[in-house]
Amino acid sequence: MEGLLGLNADFSARREGFRLDLKLSIPPGRTVALLGPNGAGKTTAVNVLSGLLAIDQGRIELVGAVLDDPGAGVFVPPEARRVGVVFQDYLLFSHLSVEENVAFGLRSRGMSKESSRTRAGEWLERMGLLDLARRKPGQLSGGQAQRVALARALVTEPDLLLLDEPLSALDVSTRVQLRRGLAEHLEQFTGPRLLITHDPTEAFLLADEIHVIENGTITQAGSADDIRLRPRTHYVADLAGSNLFLASAHNRAVDVHGHRLQIADDFEGDVLVTIRPSAISLHQHRPEGSPRNAWLTTIELIEHLGERVRLRTGPPLPLTVEITESAVVELSLSEGKEVWVAIKATEIGVEPE
Amino acid sequence: MKPARGTGGPPVLLIILGISGLAVFALPLAGLLARTPWAKLGSLLTGDVVTDALGLSLLTSLAATAIAAIIGVPLAWLLARVDFPGRTIARGLVTLPLVLPPVVGGAALLFAFGRRGLFGQPLNEATGLLLPFSVWGVILANTFVAAPFLVITVEGALRNLDQRYEGAAATLGASRWTLLRRVTLPMIGPSLVAGLVLTWARALGEFGATITFAGNLQGRTQTLPLAVFVALESDRDAAIALSLVMVGVSLTVLVALRERWWKGF
Repeated sequence: MEGLLGLNADFSARREGFRLDLKLSIPPGRTVALLGPNGAGKTTAVNVLSGLLAIDQGRIELVGAVLDDPGAGVFVPPEARRVGVVFQDYLLFSHLSVEENVAFGLRSRGMSKESSRTRAGEWLERMGLLDLARRKPGQLSGGQAQRVALARALVTEPDLLLLDEPLSALDVSTRVQLRRGLAEHLEQFTGPRLLITHDPTEAFLLADEIHVIENGTITQAGSADDIRLRPRTHYVADLAGSNLFLASAHNRAVDVHGHRLQIADDFEGDVLVTIRPSAISLHQHRPEGSPRNAWLTTIELIEHLGERVRLRTGPPLPLTVEITESAVVELSLSEGKEVWVAIKATEIGVEPE
Repeated sequence: MKPARGTGGPPVLLIILGISGLAVFALPLAGLLARTPWAKLGSLLTGDVVTDALGLSLLTSLAATAIAAIIGVPLAWLLARVDFPGRTIARGLVTLPLVLPPVVGGAALLFAFGRRGLFGQPLNEATGLLLPFSVWGVILANTFVAAPFLVITVEGALRNLDQRYEGAAATLGASRWTLLRRVTLPMIGPSLVAGLVLTWARALGEFGATITFAGNLQGRTQTLPLAVFVALESDRDAAIALSLVMVGVSLTVLVALRERWWKGF
């Protein structure tokens, strides 16, 4: 049976007038992102999967064993599940040292003080936290706290790893750097991983598969490209509309899926490229003058959003473009029509990945 | 007092009222110290009445504090965490001894646990135990009057505690007891200690309920406050000495605990 070793969940859960319906399968070694706005039910999903909230209908299975099935009268309480959770805000125990925090799960599961300390020490070393073992959580930076939370969740060798907004407690400048570290740590965990986030960049970069959640239901699921290029709801379109690409940079130019774009500054190596849909201009003829990035393409989709119009362009580099209604009329644009795309080098956002 | 540039000093009215407030607490103590017969103090303090009362007060107030901890913390947990019918009434009942005149509390205890009391009579018939006019009576009266301080302090702390921490402990494999012992109680530690200290201090000073329910028998139920009351009529110097002992004991414990536990609290 497919996914027998991973997570298989198909349930609905009610909580204070809110209802969450979720169907999710995650095989071992795969990261699924649950991407959605605040209040969409993301934290409820974490509570349900970790056993802090019982479901009303359906079934949750992990590594072939049933965790929750109201129909069959099965409910495994959180302390008996093998689910590691990195909570939003990390929730490190402030009265315990870093080492005691990491050893907490081992001690709770009956391991002796001696061996749990040794094991915790190994994880602290792996996470580069050995020097901080005696510190209290209050004395840690955001990035250090995140690694302690990750070590605390992983030290018990769980069958499922849940990460609830693991980067949102950090400031923007450290986030980019820590995202990279997180990606490496995720790679080392061989079980199924579920990343809860409201940040499309995080989802696109860290997950193999994205499930978009809105008002308690999954509105779209697929790869980053599926979501980006074929958005099915306004929320997804707004998320995807940011034109986000992984690219490699060299000499004031980036290579995006084999397509070369001129950029304003010098970068080298892997970068994240963003282009705002409203920063892209469309022309009937080859544009003259300043825009150094211009190519001929076709209009694949036109979507009217009141005053604004959102278009998707075809190869060589599919983009989401946003222009005014009057511009559409002026250029007499329609689906299938050829058009010139132009982007100024200064309008292309580049950050090191 | 020259105010720092740009900040302005504290308003004069506030200074006057604040100092008056301090005087309310300081003047009675000054009066006590001024009348103290320092030369006789040594012999007064080693007298039977004083040592009996001091020993009994320490024993009963600590016993009441221990009982308050054993039954008060679970009660606080129930009030804070379990949504049972009548919770509001239960909360009111716990608060009642704080506002009730202690004499009334003592009378109520007598009607409940006295020789012919609602529960006292069957208890006496079954076990031969008589609570009134015994050390147990003093401890019960102390607990009744003082335990609400612990319950209310701990309940407030439990309600303010972010319960997600307990959830996190549960996902790490902690049983209900383990998370109570290793997460909940340590996290409310400062409030728990504060509640215990307040309870102990209130029990040490208990007068009304004790004299009504347990009487005033030297060596058996005569605690320090009772001994002070009796001595005021017969031996003023002894009353002052007893009072000084109470001030000394209370102040020592409060200061010691403040240094150790209440820092940054």
